Amino acid sequence: MAAGPAGISAAVFADGLAEMRSAVGDQWVFTSDEDLHTYRDFYSVLWDEPEERLASAAVAPANVEEVQAIMRVANERGIPVYPISTGRNLGYGGAAPVYSGSLVIDLKRMNRILDVSESNASCLVEPGVSYFDMYRHLKETGSKLWIDVPDPGWGSMVGNALDSGGGYTTAPYRGHFEAQCGIEAVMANGELFRTGMGALPGAETWQQYKMGIGPSLDGLFRQSSLGVVTKMGFWLFPEPEAHLSGSIDVWRFEDLEPLVALMNELEYGNIFNGMPSISSPVLSSGMMFQEIPEPDVLHKMVQDTGKAAWRASMSFYGPEKVIRAQWEYVKERFAQFPGARPNEGQFIKLPLSPEDMEKVSKARFGIPSMEIFAVGSNGAGSFNPSDGHIWFSAIIPRTGKGYIEANRVMRRECARLNIPLFMFSPAVTCWTRSFVLFAAVPVYKDGESNKKLRASVNEIIRICADNGWGEYRCPPAFQDQVMDAYSYNNHMLRRVNESIKDALDPNGIISAGRYGVWPKHLRQGRGK
Amino acid sequence: MKAYLGLALAGAVTLGGAVTAMSVQAADKAGTPQVAAQHAKGKEVYDYWCATCHGEEARLAGTLALQTKYKGKTPAALALRTDLQPALVEYYVRNGVAWMAPFRKTEVSDADLAAISGYLTAPLEQRGLSAEALALAKGAKK
Repeated sequence: MAAGPAGISAAVFADGLAEMRSAVGDQWVFTSDEDLHTYRDFYSVLWDEPEERLASAAVAPANVEEVQAIMRVANERGIPVYPISTGRNLGYGGAAPVYSGSLVIDLKRMNRILDVSESNASCLVEPGVSYFDMYRHLKETGSKLWIDVPDPGWGSMVGNALDSGGGYTTAPYRGHFEAQCGIEAVMANGELFRTGMGALPGAETWQQYKMGIGPSLDGLFRQSSLGVVTKMGFWLFPEPEAHLSGSIDVWRFEDLEPLVALMNELEYGNIFNGMPSISSPVLSSGMMFQEIPEPDVLHKMVQDTGKAAWRASMSFYGPEKVIRAQWEYVKERFAQFPGARPNEGQFIKLPLSPEDMEKVSKARFGIPSMEIFAVGSNGAGSFNPSDGHIWFSAIIPRTGKGYIEANRVMRRECARLNIPLFMFSPAVTCWTRSFVLFAAVPVYKDGESNKKLRASVNEIIRICADNGWGEYRCPPAFQDQVMDAYSYNNHMLRRVNESIKDALDPNGIISAGRYGVWPKHLRQGRGK
Repeated sequence: MKAYLGLALAGAVTLGGAVTAMSVQAADKAGTPQVAAQHAKGKEVYDYWCATCHGEEARLAGTLALQTKYKGKTPAALALRTDLQPALVEYYVRNGVAWMAPFRKTEVSDADLAAISGYLTAPLEQRGLSAEALALAKGAKK
């Protein structure tokens, strides 16, 4: 059995667990080593080290009342808790707490789909509902609505949104937190809180209007330590008539800046609504995008290989005649680039036929799968699979200059610091208005290599910050450093978060340390 | 929880080709023998939790990993194997390996895990495999 939380006597902890057992039933409180093993962060860069973040116990409530009971028990005793929805955000922390010794509140059993409205194109779900669950529910009921899914489909809709996960369909749905509409959360003292129109008894508009009245408080629960989210509404995408994808190749180094500007204009002007990408056929191989060389070198590579310098890809969801016209318009606009070469991709009538299902990228059609994990199956050629991976995901400017600078700095620094990479993306556009640079780093259950990796990643975080780039999400081991980078006005962001934390969770029991926000009693040593 | 999960799975099976669990699709396409009643639960849980990575499609993560590891000495899709023991299945589900993280009891209960083990160690003919998959599994066995 793991050690109890620091500063909580064994008797108080045991008494708290006994109360929780009577609230949720004996079988839903886990304390054995064997059970707690399944709550470890399987991809942890601290694996088996004294600093590994471990749960002291786990409790799995079945409904809101049980969550409230757990919170009251924990709050009265100062027991630190760490709620997880399904704990499947592998690469960003999994089911393990940020503060070792926390009691994990596992919400997987709360897996009811409470409402799906066809006319409002929305749903209301509990945190245990996975993308697979919702997809199957929509199919089973003959719904014409789509969900937007991240790469792995086993995750929680609620948890992924709260972590700021993203997907692949159209702009209003790709940012999963942005597509939420209405949150219910149990606060530290066990009281129930609803955001937006959920605060108005009898309102039928909880999933229609996010803001309600006064300051918008949904953001309190994003990557936060302020409540246990027990319900969340989402806007869903009415299935379009058809899908069309296309891309246009251009050939000169200097085309990148106007290309990014044009793509921005076309996306923000709703000429295409699918997720765009800007890649480089000549610089990409598999999942790796190499360092962008100087113009003359790039031009020689283009000449030698016949491959384009840049490729702008876009996709369209909508009525066939509309999206074909939009694609024609896009091609006209790209005619400004010398030698611009359009390639029409897939045109697909929806719903997908079984044959089309076999040949499409499922996530672009809101279909959950686990296919992404195949990238780790064969150790990139020789069978030496890693034990997991972590993501490095920095927000960078959506300009040609930002694209080139971030690529060069990251490639050079990762090489200098010997950070192994199995995926390095061009600038990605999960969210409109900014780029995200993704790098995936393999992780092994080996203390020595992890120690080096942690030092290197901390260095990369610092270098990115010096350039004005910050991560939007990261594993627990790096959350303090990433929050540190958001340092404007003597870390005012963190200080405001701490003030809110102290007001809403005065005993500091919820998710201590999550994204660098520590409760008062742990603030000095940041949990150490 | 169980009631909902059961409902969702029933829907998945009814709709066949529309869902992502490839073993479900494969079985529907070929109009194959039904899974033996005593292994229906095991197949249901297996399809829900395991087949999304370990199904018959070569590109799935678990199947690709086991193909890379065993190079065809044993079928890469778990439901086609005849050399698995319950203790081994249970070990991997609760302990994970490589990129596969362990599964918690709130996801796969002990009863569900026993059902999965029962299904994966049942005679091939009782697993509701497609004719094609059955032939492949039997070929590999020889």
